Amino acid sequence: MDVNFAPKDEAFRAEVRSFIEENYPKHLVGVDRGDLSKEDFLAWHKILHTKGWVAPSWPEEYGGTGWSVTQKYIWNEESAAFGTIPPLPFGVAMLGPVIYTFGNQEQKDWVLPGILSGETWWCQGYSEPGAGSDLAGLKTKAERDGDDYIVNGHKIWTTLAQHADWMFCLVRTASEGKPQEGISFLLIDMNTPGIEVKPIITIDGGHEVNEVFLTDVRVPAKHLVGEENKGWTIAKFLLGNERSGIAGVARSKKAIDRLREIARGEMEDGAPLIDSADFARKIAELEVDLTALEYTELRTLASESKGQGPGPESSILKIKGTEIQQRVTELTMEAVGNYASPWVPQLDRGDNYLSIGPDYAEGVSQNYFNNRKTSIYGGSNEIQRNIIAKMVLGL
Amino acid sequence: MDFSFTEEQTLLRNMVQSFVQDNYDFDSRMKIIRSEEGMSRDIWGQFAELGLLAAPFSEDMGGLDGGPIEIMVIMEELGRGLVVEPYLPTVVLCGGILNRHGSAAQKEANLAGIIGGENIWALAYSEPQSRFNPADVLTSAKADGDNYVLNGTKAVVAGAPWADKLIVSARISGEQRDRNGIGLFIVDKSAAGVSTQDYPTVDGNRASEVTLENVSVSADALIGDAATGISILEEALDHGIGAVCAEALGHMKSLNDATVEYCKTRKQFGVPIGSFQVLQHRMVDMFMEYEQSVSMTYMVNMKLVEGEDERKKAASGAKVQIGKSGRFVGQEAVQLHGGMGMTEELNVGHYFKRLTVIDTQFGNVDHHLKRFAAA
Repeated sequence: MDVNFAPKDEAFRAEVRSFIEENYPKHLVGVDRGDLSKEDFLAWHKILHTKGWVAPSWPEEYGGTGWSVTQKYIWNEESAAFGTIPPLPFGVAMLGPVIYTFGNQEQKDWVLPGILSGETWWCQGYSEPGAGSDLAGLKTKAERDGDDYIVNGHKIWTTLAQHADWMFCLVRTASEGKPQEGISFLLIDMNTPGIEVKPIITIDGGHEVNEVFLTDVRVPAKHLVGEENKGWTIAKFLLGNERSGIAGVARSKKAIDRLREIARGEMEDGAPLIDSADFARKIAELEVDLTALEYTELRTLASESKGQGPGPESSILKIKGTEIQQRVTELTMEAVGNYASPWVPQLDRGDNYLSIGPDYAEGVSQNYFNNRKTSIYGGSNEIQRNIIAKMVLGL
Repeated sequence: MDFSFTEEQTLLRNMVQSFVQDNYDFDSRMKIIRSEEGMSRDIWGQFAELGLLAAPFSEDMGGLDGGPIEIMVIMEELGRGLVVEPYLPTVVLCGGILNRHGSAAQKEANLAGIIGGENIWALAYSEPQSRFNPADVLTSAKADGDNYVLNGTKAVVAGAPWADKLIVSARISGEQRDRNGIGLFIVDKSAAGVSTQDYPTVDGNRASEVTLENVSVSADALIGDAATGISILEEALDHGIGAVCAEALGHMKSLNDATVEYCKTRKQFGVPIGSFQVLQHRMVDMFMEYEQSVSMTYMVNMKLVEGEDERKKAASGAKVQIGKSGRFVGQEAVQLHGGMGMTEELNVGHYFKRLTVIDTQFGNVDHHLKRFAAA
């Protein structure tokens, strides 16, 4: 047992930290991933691409960095501590590993470089109105017609589809047998006739998610990944990757630092809020829980570096990680008191927008509302508990 | 001991309920809150016609002689419709202060305008630094002959963008947080030196930052005096608590009904998700939180007319309960609706947001736990 990182890992930490500090776009420092422009979303991605650091988790032969598990962890930690806008997960974290694991050579050759350079923006066509927690219940249909599939259906909660060039999509290619057995994994050009993207505005006033309607969309059959009707294996593989890194320890640490700063500025009966025993205790409780999560994640990491893949235990990271994120946003909102209620969503802001109350109060409620999604998406926390019950406890 | 409503109270409830159902469905509300003004003058006029704006005032003033229980019944039904029109600031807060403590001349000059729906009022008591302490007042009121001159800034004044008149707390004497020396002044929003920065709030309401720069008001504008100002204000805020607790009951009831209905109809894995025991128990917890909130809301509204100490303890206790329950019910209603609960299109998120604001309004859970303990 040793809680310290090796000296070579600390040297690596210093290297990546100074790289981030020196190269991160100045106009994006301290900016949250909210309603950013497409260019701003991709600015850091493109710098990392030039450096060769866009996809540390990929094998080196496909453009990965060859870093150890520990180095990757350090990289994620430093990125989050600085508050970078990470490369878009849809290509780098989700589709990339699918393509180099299940794709054919032609697919590897055209898909992977576009992900690395940021030239192709991917979105994830998984959920449907009738297929949320029960993803295998999806109904979007792909019927073979010569060299093409004809796709008809309705996807929902499609994150940032408004910017997307391509969508990786789960479609039904057979309706016999178990629902999992007739699913295929298809790559669809978003510019194909018959695709309509409709925004969904969420309770924080933001536009992150969309509905995607597909009507007689013609997709060349060469864009099928893996075998027809074997898409469920790929879908599950991708969801497993989606969960890793979901604990968000470093980001929560940063959010708690910011909370503490706010509590120093906010006054209660003439004294800073941070001096209130009640409030200080709440921050302390959060930090203790976050420390436990951090060490749980480090334990997972240690077994991963010994070659054991992340198992169903990663559901712990998802549940605890999102609960902590939600509590931090809740307490931050509580900290600003009356100034939590003014509401000027980014979408509604004109040029002569004047902020109301202290600067640090801006957006805290929106952030709280927005974060309610974290216990719903990526497999709801109820589903994660089912996974632990079944896969870990054998119930 | 009797928890039943009188026939008149039941009729009042039925009237408000059907008015809200007929005139304030979700789409109508969205149109209203997205309109430039953010409220409906037409609805306000109908409130006057129905007598809702007259509810708490005495009959000789043209009122209906109602008390906290009538206000509770009205607010609960307004809560079900997420009504944004400023009943709370105009009738409950400012109207209540005038009714209980206004001079004969102040009542004569102002109550008819409230009852008839001609004037909207807002209570400007909080300040950028005051957090939840109403005695933390920096806004100054300096005597100047027969007048007072007001200077200062009031923060997050609910309903102020629509208001014609304000009741402003200002310090006549003493230090920043002294309980003594606070005056409550009637101020015309159109008076020279009053300016506002108006904005929407997260719950679909509107509020303002109100700046007072050498605003001159006559000594007649002072309600009560510098010695009693803080007690009058705190009493009004406790009445406000009784009212928002009732409003929150409306929200929680609507959310619980919607959630149960959704879980009965939403199918995943071939069955309604309401058949999963873990979700059943969650909904049972939501139901119990609602029932506990009903109890505390009845309790506080019966005790608002008792002595100061009892009233304070009741108000703070109820506010703690509603703060915690409202948060739980709101969060779980969103969670059980899944992605749909996150959308602006569904009313669930809007109830959740209003409950979130109520948790802070008039002081949050921590504030009222302390006040409860000290009372």
